[in-house]
Amino acid sequence: MTLSPDLDRRFREAAAAEGLLDVSYDLADSPLGPLLVARTQRGVCRISFDPEPARAEEELARAFGARLLRVPRAVDDVRRELEEYFEGERRGFEVTVDLRLARDFSRRVLEQLALVPYGRTTTYGTLATQAGRPRAARAVGTVMNRNPIPIVLPCHRVVGSTGALVGYGGGLERKRQLLALEGAL
Amino acid sequence: MMESLSMSAPPPFERFYADHREAVFAYLTRLVGPGPAEDAFQETFLRALRAYGGLRHAEHLRAWVFTIATRVAADEHRRRRAGWHSADVPDIETVDERPGYEDLSELTRPLPPKERAAVVLRYGYDFDYEQIGAALGSSPEAARQAASSGVRRLRRKEDRP
Repeated sequence: MTLSPDLDRRFREAAAAEGLLDVSYDLADSPLGPLLVARTQRGVCRISFDPEPARAEEELARAFGARLLRVPRAVDDVRRELEEYFEGERRGFEVTVDLRLARDFSRRVLEQLALVPYGRTTTYGTLATQAGRPRAARAVGTVMNRNPIPIVLPCHRVVGSTGALVGYGGGLERKRQLLALEGAL
Repeated sequence: MMESLSMSAPPPFERFYADHREAVFAYLTRLVGPGPAEDAFQETFLRALRAYGGLRHAEHLRAWVFTIATRVAADEHRRRRAGWHSADVPDIETVDERPGYEDLSELTRPLPPKERAAVVLRYGYDFDYEQIGAALGSSPEAARQAASSGVRRLRRKEDRP
């Protein structure tokens, strides 16, 4: 007698529906390769390129709590918005984000980042100024590189003062693809 | 090996669930039958999930979830007022790759010897009370009482983890 996929799915969905989970996640297909999408009760807390689920589970459980389960349905809304975005039909995300782990300067930078519009770019220096530390462009780079929720928080729209792409946590090629998708290249 | 685990936090629930779901489902199927096992399975892991955030260490997780499953099966039995499906042949291989005794022997250490043996034989090796009675040199009824009094004692301990 083995466990049926249907019963397994029903348990996972019941766990999410009863609000018993600290984190739920699933993988989502995208033109940039598979993405790992995780959410808490508050909102999306992680999007990762080149996902390694076992490692991500450990890391997310340490950060948000051990009650973590893979529940495809729990991230369906995020998956849908991402699909629409990649099809060019969506210019902004409606899902909420959970930034509880970002503090102080990082938090302010990510909040400013969230305001950068679709199809536009800004610079590390501008974000630094907006976050209240005009000379902290390099620190902004670090915050971008560790952005826990890329795509939704559009760190791909942040470039150097000369317009050079500079860097991207998911690799420069993906930054180029995202900016091309948005018509910003 | 248990010593090295003693300070580690419980793994992500996903891993705990993946490690034990098949064994728990097989166990419940034999305790309550294939149909009711589905609800009992869901209830077992929902109860485990509700308590999971309060766990302080990663020890005895298999024995812990089997204890929950046992309790869920007992509740199910009480609801249905029907007999438990007794296993015809003890077949621990279908429940787990290694004897449940390994986990249960730790969990049941505080019990008086006769209760401990009854609990381990019943839930670790899936003996029926006839067999347990024979093993302990007592009646099946005495074996049943020893096992249930052992489980009650463990429940009282587990209620304050």
